[in-house]
Amino acid sequence: MLTVDLAHGSVRELNTALHRLAADSNETHWRVLNPRGQHSIAVGLEQPVLVEIEGHVGYYCAGMNKLATVVVDGNAGQGVAENMMSGKVWVKGDASQAAGATGRGGLLVIDGNASARCGISMKGIDIVVKGSVGHLSAFMAQAGNLVVLQDAGEALGDSIYEAHLYVRGKVHSLGADCVEKPLEDEHKSELRRLLDAAGINGSVDVGEFRRYGSARKLYHFHVENVGQY
Amino acid sequence: MTSQDRWIHTPPRKSATFDDASIAEIRRAATTGIYDIRGGGAKRKLPHFDDLLFLGASISRYPLEGYREKCATDVTVGTRFAKTPIKLKIPITIAGMSFGSLSAQAKEALGRGASAVGTSTTTGDGGMTPEERQHSSILIYQVLPSRYGMNPDDLRKADAIEVVVGQGAKPGGGGMLLGQKISKRVAEMRVLPEGIDQRSACRHPDWTGPDDLEIKIQELREITDWMKPIYVKVGASRPYYDTMLAVKSGADAVVLDGMQGGTAATQEVFIEHVGIPTLAAIPPAVAALQELGQHRKVQLIVSGGLRNGADVAKALALGADAVSIGTAALIALGDNDPHLENEYRALGTTAGAYDDWHEGRDPAGITTQDPELAARLDPVIAGHKLANYLSVLTLEAQTIARACGKSHVHNLEPEDLVALTVEAAAMARVPLAGTNWIPGRSGNE
Amino acid sequence: MCGIAGLFLKDPRLEADLGTMLAGMLSPLSDRGPDSAGFAVYGAETPGHLKFTLRITPAFDLDRLLKSLRERLGAPITHRSHGTHVVFSVPADQASLARQALAAFDDVAVVGSGRRMEIFKEVGLPDDVSRQFGLQSMSGTHAIGHTRMATESAVTTNGAHPFTTGDDQCLVHNGSLSNHHAVRRELIKKGLSFQTDNDTEVAAGFITARLNDGGSLQQAMEACLDSLDGFYTFVIGTEGGFGVLRDPIACKPAVVAETDRLVAFGTEYRALVDLPGIESAKVWEPAPATVYRWELH
Repeated sequence: MLTVDLAHGSVRELNTALHRLAADSNETHWRVLNPRGQHSIAVGLEQPVLVEIEGHVGYYCAGMNKLATVVVDGNAGQGVAENMMSGKVWVKGDASQAAGATGRGGLLVIDGNASARCGISMKGIDIVVKGSVGHLSAFMAQAGNLVVLQDAGEALGDSIYEAHLYVRGKVHSLGADCVEKPLEDEHKSELRRLLDAAGINGSVDVGEFRRYGSARKLYHFHVENVGQY
Repeated sequence: MTSQDRWIHTPPRKSATFDDASIAEIRRAATTGIYDIRGGGAKRKLPHFDDLLFLGASISRYPLEGYREKCATDVTVGTRFAKTPIKLKIPITIAGMSFGSLSAQAKEALGRGASAVGTSTTTGDGGMTPEERQHSSILIYQVLPSRYGMNPDDLRKADAIEVVVGQGAKPGGGGMLLGQKISKRVAEMRVLPEGIDQRSACRHPDWTGPDDLEIKIQELREITDWMKPIYVKVGASRPYYDTMLAVKSGADAVVLDGMQGGTAATQEVFIEHVGIPTLAAIPPAVAALQELGQHRKVQLIVSGGLRNGADVAKALALGADAVSIGTAALIALGDNDPHLENEYRALGTTAGAYDDWHEGRDPAGITTQDPELAARLDPVIAGHKLANYLSVLTLEAQTIARACGKSHVHNLEPEDLVALTVEAAAMARVPLAGTNWIPGRSGNE
Repeated sequence: MCGIAGLFLKDPRLEADLGTMLAGMLSPLSDRGPDSAGFAVYGAETPGHLKFTLRITPAFDLDRLLKSLRERLGAPITHRSHGTHVVFSVPADQASLARQALAAFDDVAVVGSGRRMEIFKEVGLPDDVSRQFGLQSMSGTHAIGHTRMATESAVTTNGAHPFTTGDDQCLVHNGSLSNHHAVRRELIKKGLSFQTDNDTEVAAGFITARLNDGGSLQQAMEACLDSLDGFYTFVIGTEGGFGVLRDPIACKPAVVAETDRLVAFGTEYRALVDLPGIESAKVWEPAPATVYRWELH
């Protein structure tokens, strides 16, 4: 295991070292100390390594992640795992705005709360939030799954396309074209898979969730829907 | 009529305010309940480069001979921070246009033409296609609010990265692609259902404001190991402040697109009534760079209605490092060609006026996803035409520069220009021809 | 566009370190605010007195001003110099006399006034500005600060934040208001005056106008939500503490850290990273369109 102390080295040096890893490298386990809220830590990773960050990170931690597993033992700033392609990002604390923004694959798990715009413009990522998410979460969400164990803020799924949203707690309000949909067996299986992947054991009953998705009324402009715009 | 009748009826008189076009548009709106959408840039007459003239050499200045006495045209973009800046042979690049708004063949043609003369093309709101990367020797990759197709591999394959805050046709607006052009391939690239009307974001999802843009640019640098230049593109609106802020956010280059700049599709009112003319945008942007001591260090690329080598030379004289063309490039490929007049008529338009690119029925095969129409464009032939056009633009600019005594097109300066109208003089900050009057400034400034 | 910070001390034993802590908060916000910096410190009060913070030019004849004040007010004036700024204190019932005396001088600007508030702001990098004013040695119960990246107004000292339009009141702002010209015109009709084109000065004036009309800080801040358009995070300093407000869309970042000993606000977590007890602090983000206040009484 390699330990990098950001009190003595730069984020740039860390990212460069991680980018240089060959596919067959033995350096697969990294520990990062003293992140102290710095930005862009462990971005653009491309190898299936494990990076454990001890402390709070700033913006864009694990941005555009591919294949790697990044664990933040603390809070994450804006845009954690933005545009993630694959792999796993696990935030043990809270996540700030735009968590998982435009993510295209992989799994983002947030043990605490996520702030506004969680999963904004998501394009295939799976996001599991054990706490609550803030307003405008899943805004323009195109594909992927967002699972929220507690509550969702205002305007959930505003202008949503085909992403699946599951919320166990209260939804403050739904956004334009987002409606509640029936929770069928296939959705329950999908939920079970996602909760298992997030390390949530069977103590959570998938039946307690409600499903939300697109009413598909905005797919083609009709003047009757002009109030939604 | 009798001689008495002549005095009873006034001749019909149309209104300049409620002219034919306005009346027709009101009628159309009342019928359909939806705003008019079209492609292209602002079509109405605006102060533009035609209102400026060069002061060629005479007794006080001496010209350069053609051919033997070199007039260089190369420009390097991204010298501020990038390890591998972009080296262009000519100061004319191809602006961002998406695969989706354009056919794959059109994108390939643009790549072939640009590469033949040593310049760059730019991806658009849909991402990078393999054909485009293959055929463009220098490719700029756009990061847009939508992030359609965004991925780190393409970021690394690109030669430069362009963060798009906005474009001249619609500063403050997002991309638009209607269902008729969301083909299977386009839908897959954008992760959208096939055939629906794409709704697009107008702000970036994970940053707002220049203070956060600075952090976003850093992230893109970190992902690409600080190799590639990062451009910031804005639609011309408040160019002085926007240029200042782009520089403060860490941009290597600023791309400034005036209201004549085209779009694949947006509301007609957005195109014609939001944003300022290209001519008016350049001096404030240059002033901002000069105040920051960054003129020629952070490169300025100007676009929006550039048509010929005189436009290129004038933009450079006003302080741009390079220009970008979009609409003109499509015309060079064959857009709005008169030999298709019958088909334009069938669409209710005529060659030179066709702008319903959002419908995806382009007879030239350029702004369409229809396989039969798209097949009409031979990328090799069209690429050759574009290369010809780019060469002519360059030769024309060199001719003008030589006539002004310049051995490099970058040595053109505002003092080589005069204006024909008060508006152009005020906007370009050059004197009215034959006078030393710049409206808005006192005589000696 | 900028970085903003606020610090409110619950534990009086931290008061001597207020300035050092605030300087440490402003330093990492320099990247997003390199043009200028400023802060307001709420320190010791002399009962019955009002403090003025002035900005003077290097050539300014301070002795002449002090002499004029002494003559007008009938007693000597003690003062402190901090770089380009000077703080002096007068009996509260003589405050208008002092203002009159100041008005006679050309190159002096009143940066702020109040029983406890002193404001310092200058063009330059935040670390340089902190050092110039000796922030590290200042003490008090609470403070707010700002690092500036100018958007649509000039980089001048006047354009730096905090802005004040009333005794002991000031405001710092991260964001961009979109209707400030219209609001400014309305406030001018109500009798307020403005020194800059800056949208933040309008926000400060708006709050002051509401407080002058007899509203509470809570009401004034709530009124912002209806009347001010655009994107904003405000930190508002008052004699008793500070308030935080985010607009309903809430795109501009905001982080709060709270312990038994303090409450801190910063645009980025990096601003809070060196505060005592931060490892175990409760770290959270203020909700949009919600008024938060921390006050001594």
